[in-house]
Amino acid sequence: MQNEQQDTRKIAVVSVLILLGFLIILLRLWQLQILEGDELRKISESNRLRVIKVPAPRGIIFDRNGIPLVKNTPYFCASVIPEEFDAASIPSLARVLHMTEDELREKLDRTAQSPFTPVKLKEDLSFEDVSYIEARRSDFPGLIVEIEVGREYLYGGIGAHVIGYLGKLTPSQSKDPEFNDVPLNAFIGQWGVEKFFDKSLRGTAGQRIIEVDAIGREIRLLKEKPPVKGADLNLSLDIALQKAAEDAFEGKAGALVALKADTGEILGLVSEPSFDPNRFAKGIRSEDWRALTTDKKVPMLNRAIQSQYPPGSTFKIITAIAALEEGAMDTTAKVDCRGGINYGRWRFGCWKKTGHNVVSLHRALVESCDVYFYEAGKRVGFDKVYDYATMFGLGEETGFPIGRERKGLIPNSKWKQETRKTAWYLGETFINSIGQGYVAATPIQMAVMMNAVSNGGNIYKPSILKGAEPVVVKKALVSPGTMEAVRSALQGVVSESGGTGYAAKSSTVSIGGKTGTAQVVGIRKDSKDLAEHLRDHAWFVAFAPVEKPEIAMSVLVEHGGHGGTAAAPIAKKAIEAYMLPAEQKKELMHVQN
Amino acid sequence: MFRIDRRLIQNFDWLTLSIVILISVIGILTIFSATRQPGAAEAVQASFYVKQIAWLAISILALILFVGFDYIWLGRIAIPLYITGLILLFIVLIAGRTGMGAQRWINLGPLSFQPSEFFKLIFIIMLANYYSLAKESLGVRGLLRVFFYIVFIPFVLLFKQPDLGTAIVVLLIFISVSLVKGLQKKVIAMIVVIGIISLPFLGNIMWTGLKDYQKNRLIAFIDPEVDPSGIGYHINQSKIAIGSGEFLGKGYLEGTQGPFRFLPEKHTDFVFAVFAEEWGFVGSVFLLSLYLLLIMRGLDTASKAKDDFGRLLALGITFMFCIYFFVNVGMTLGIMPVVGIPLPFMSYGGTALLSNYISLGILINIRTRRFSLFY
Repeated sequence: MQNEQQDTRKIAVVSVLILLGFLIILLRLWQLQILEGDELRKISESNRLRVIKVPAPRGIIFDRNGIPLVKNTPYFCASVIPEEFDAASIPSLARVLHMTEDELREKLDRTAQSPFTPVKLKEDLSFEDVSYIEARRSDFPGLIVEIEVGREYLYGGIGAHVIGYLGKLTPSQSKDPEFNDVPLNAFIGQWGVEKFFDKSLRGTAGQRIIEVDAIGREIRLLKEKPPVKGADLNLSLDIALQKAAEDAFEGKAGALVALKADTGEILGLVSEPSFDPNRFAKGIRSEDWRALTTDKKVPMLNRAIQSQYPPGSTFKIITAIAALEEGAMDTTAKVDCRGGINYGRWRFGCWKKTGHNVVSLHRALVESCDVYFYEAGKRVGFDKVYDYATMFGLGEETGFPIGRERKGLIPNSKWKQETRKTAWYLGETFINSIGQGYVAATPIQMAVMMNAVSNGGNIYKPSILKGAEPVVVKKALVSPGTMEAVRSALQGVVSESGGTGYAAKSSTVSIGGKTGTAQVVGIRKDSKDLAEHLRDHAWFVAFAPVEKPEIAMSVLVEHGGHGGTAAAPIAKKAIEAYMLPAEQKKELMHVQN
Repeated sequence: MFRIDRRLIQNFDWLTLSIVILISVIGILTIFSATRQPGAAEAVQASFYVKQIAWLAISILALILFVGFDYIWLGRIAIPLYITGLILLFIVLIAGRTGMGAQRWINLGPLSFQPSEFFKLIFIIMLANYYSLAKESLGVRGLLRVFFYIVFIPFVLLFKQPDLGTAIVVLLIFISVSLVKGLQKKVIAMIVVIGIISLPFLGNIMWTGLKDYQKNRLIAFIDPEVDPSGIGYHINQSKIAIGSGEFLGKGYLEGTQGPFRFLPEKHTDFVFAVFAEEWGFVGSVFLLSLYLLLIMRGLDTASKAKDDFGRLLALGITFMFCIYFFVNVGMTLGIMPVVGIPLPFMSYGGTALLSNYISLGILINIRTRRFSLFY
């Protein structure tokens, strides 16, 4: 073996090379386990540990009598882990989920994220679907059924404009630090009370620290911080009143605002047509949203605070107070109504063409004589009427916290000079004194005004929580005598013969009020509009009981015609509903205890 | 042939056998840890380790069998063995069972086995036999002849399966054994020059011939951070597993990367990562020492072999262990590409374990019969 010597040398070289190889591996081990060990240990921890935010049960919203208005309802949704999913099961899965294969593929395509993050396929599975899936779990690899909590609005559209709805966190909100603790994909209040009181309603999200495997399956719970349930909310709203009022609208557009006389709490706030917030509860579909926002009747508009209308004859309350307080008229002063007055080339008619004959303040309000208030306005001057209107909160926001209010408009000569660059004419005094012309008010303003008349002059900021500290924005400085004279006339409107508000007369409670029939000015210019759209707006402002007022309200029916026939019955039904004992209300609203 | 000689037992290489059995036991313990399913009921726990224990028993018997006869016989049946091996590889190619996009298995009723696992050994026997007949160092012609007679056909068959790991191992064994056998200086120089010139072409041909998962592995090796949850995922998770073991390890059955399925192939190709996570630097160094001892002992056997055939056979087998070891551990450490080859004696897999024990049996056989006296 001549090679043996040589071979031994070669094997020695190989040994050295192999030792070198081991050295490299040793160095690499040193690098990974000693030098980078801490860091890699942390990564391995974060690999297996997940911090999961647990949404807190949302606070329940109650009406003022403790009737729940919302409910948290669990529902099932199906998700899939892309990594585990088998594309071959698409056809059968589509059948189970009642989707088309294309819809399913589209959802699965949007998996730009990690292949281990579940993708939501379908929300709100029926119980049958869930049991079907559970029974055939092995046919659908990667499919998981999760429970989510949705919000159910127990009375649908009733009170929707106040209660509001939930929606997913918007992209801009998710950057807002205020929503830091909100779990991703959680629903938060996006409208109404749900939005305004979202922070207290949503509570504090809890935390679960769990050990997971590579596909995110939970192995073990390590630590848990339970969520803190959101605070319940007791609204000042009376759902029985609200429902009676909304039913009474019978599908007509309009608004109603009812206030508690001694605090300014909102007892009812109606804007018709309404919408069903339940459609938002699990994420509104885009076609539903488009239908809602393009509806000609604008259901998303809160007419109670966001629409302004000429107040019509309901404004005569202000003109009357101004004339009495300023001494331009007294309660006995008489005006002879011949069905209208002539001023220069123009004639200003009374709504009753045949005239009311000789009337004093009381009958003038009861019968809503226009001529009397032309005279009253002329005597006191509209700048004075402006002062009193403003004193009662008209022409400015009431301060209602939920939603953006409009201010309405109370004109005076200064305003006219500034905006129209002309002087104030007497003819304008006439028409504005009966609530036409420039004068415009929102239903909530009229309710606040009515409430101040009923409670002796307190202008309350409307509040939405039961038992909230009343905020007196200002006090209308009007003598008790004047208030009493007006209130007594308003009682006459409903209860005396010839009263325009006779339709509001109730057998259970004494109601005072004032009708209004506002001409739809401006629309006349557009002759193409349908006749209905040219009809007058019907108003009714009311308070009850007359002896010791507890509630004041305003009702507006868009294009409803006469206030006495269209609006007054609604006020009556709403007030009667409010006066019912609480137990009876619960029964009425089918509350299960 | 199967005479039990007193001196046979006296000269038996107990050290090598003890090392390998120790490694195998460590392997079974690690497979148990890697395949446990946290949170799952006892009944559904994977039974990989049980199968591995059974295979170990069979493998030890086979080892004893392969020590029993004189290894000279292997050289005499080298050519029929080699042809049988090629036929089996060919059968796999046309009728094999597919796993992971590659056909490696032949089904024999309930059994299935990977001919490529045994072919490596057959290849080494063939090569050692051929080289032992050539007395001088090889020239260009000699080398080319060996390449075309012995290496080329199996390499193509393996590459086509595709079993890239075994194909590369076969090629590396050929190169390393040829180098030790001795090449003329001008041959080495020529190979280097041709290699450099043809590298781009060869690379291109190789690249287009690769399956997508193989390409991805190579990309991932070059830059594991490209897509941590995609192609670089294996390497990153392996590095995390090993690194998180730190100095003393997380403790046996305390590892999380494997059982929680972050680490793929945890009980096969990445078994070392699972071990290193639980036993740390200290345990890893201990395990490495066992392998180093095994390899050094193999080289020592080669240098003590009574004839050229024995020496080349021992070298080939030792080189094979060596290549497997470095490629596998290098891969788990992120310093080698992810080539799906197991860690000898540790990774789960019956055919591989059996083949390795048979190879080891031959190695022990050579050492046991190192004195010409037995000739």
